[in-house]
Amino acid sequence: MSTFYLIVDIIAWILIVAGGLFAIIGSLGSLRFPDFWSRLHAASVTDSGGVILLLLGMGMHSGWNLITFKLFLIGAFLFITGPTSTHAVANAALVSGLKPPRQLRADLDKSDD
Amino acid sequence: MFESMPHYVFLTALICLFIAMILVLIRLYNGPTLYDRVLSTNSFGTHTVLFIGVLGFLTGRPDFLDIALLYALINFVGTIAILKFFRYRAIGDVLEKREADK
Repeated sequence: MSTFYLIVDIIAWILIVAGGLFAIIGSLGSLRFPDFWSRLHAASVTDSGGVILLLLGMGMHSGWNLITFKLFLIGAFLFITGPTSTHAVANAALVSGLKPPRQLRADLDKSDD
Repeated sequence: MFESMPHYVFLTALICLFIAMILVLIRLYNGPTLYDRVLSTNSFGTHTVLFIGVLGFLTGRPDFLDIALLYALINFVGTIAILKFFRYRAIGDVLEKREADK
């Protein structure tokens, strides 16, 4: 039984370190990408990958108790609000006249036909 | 053998999140458009939620998760409020509509 808990702890540690790396990858992308629409794509790496891995790792580390429920609550809330606020930012930028690059627009027009 | 391992793991994740927050702050400082800044603010809030949670685990006080949950709620409402303010120049009722009703 002790070996089982050790394996669960090791999986939790791997998940937590991977989540931290995903957070760095997402923010590095949002710093380095050329225009706003590709930065939206990079910022969603943290919102999905980093949040999933870190919260899952912390939940596996804590075991079954009230902390797991709080982590689940945070995860569920971030899952609803993250895409919603990203969509709101993208929609506001499109309405205000910030257009995607020309090549991307040509591809979108072609796929509409 | 593995007694002090959780400490190093949470410290690693905390340092990673700290570096990520600094990178997002650089983009927030010199983002060319307004929407880059709003996106960076939202991303910084998500990073802060994770940072508070990991900090609570590192110091052995997971009660910090309550603060993280509260921060997630305020972050979402704040992003929507900023976007609505820059769209209509008002957070509550829209002014033109009220004047048209008169």
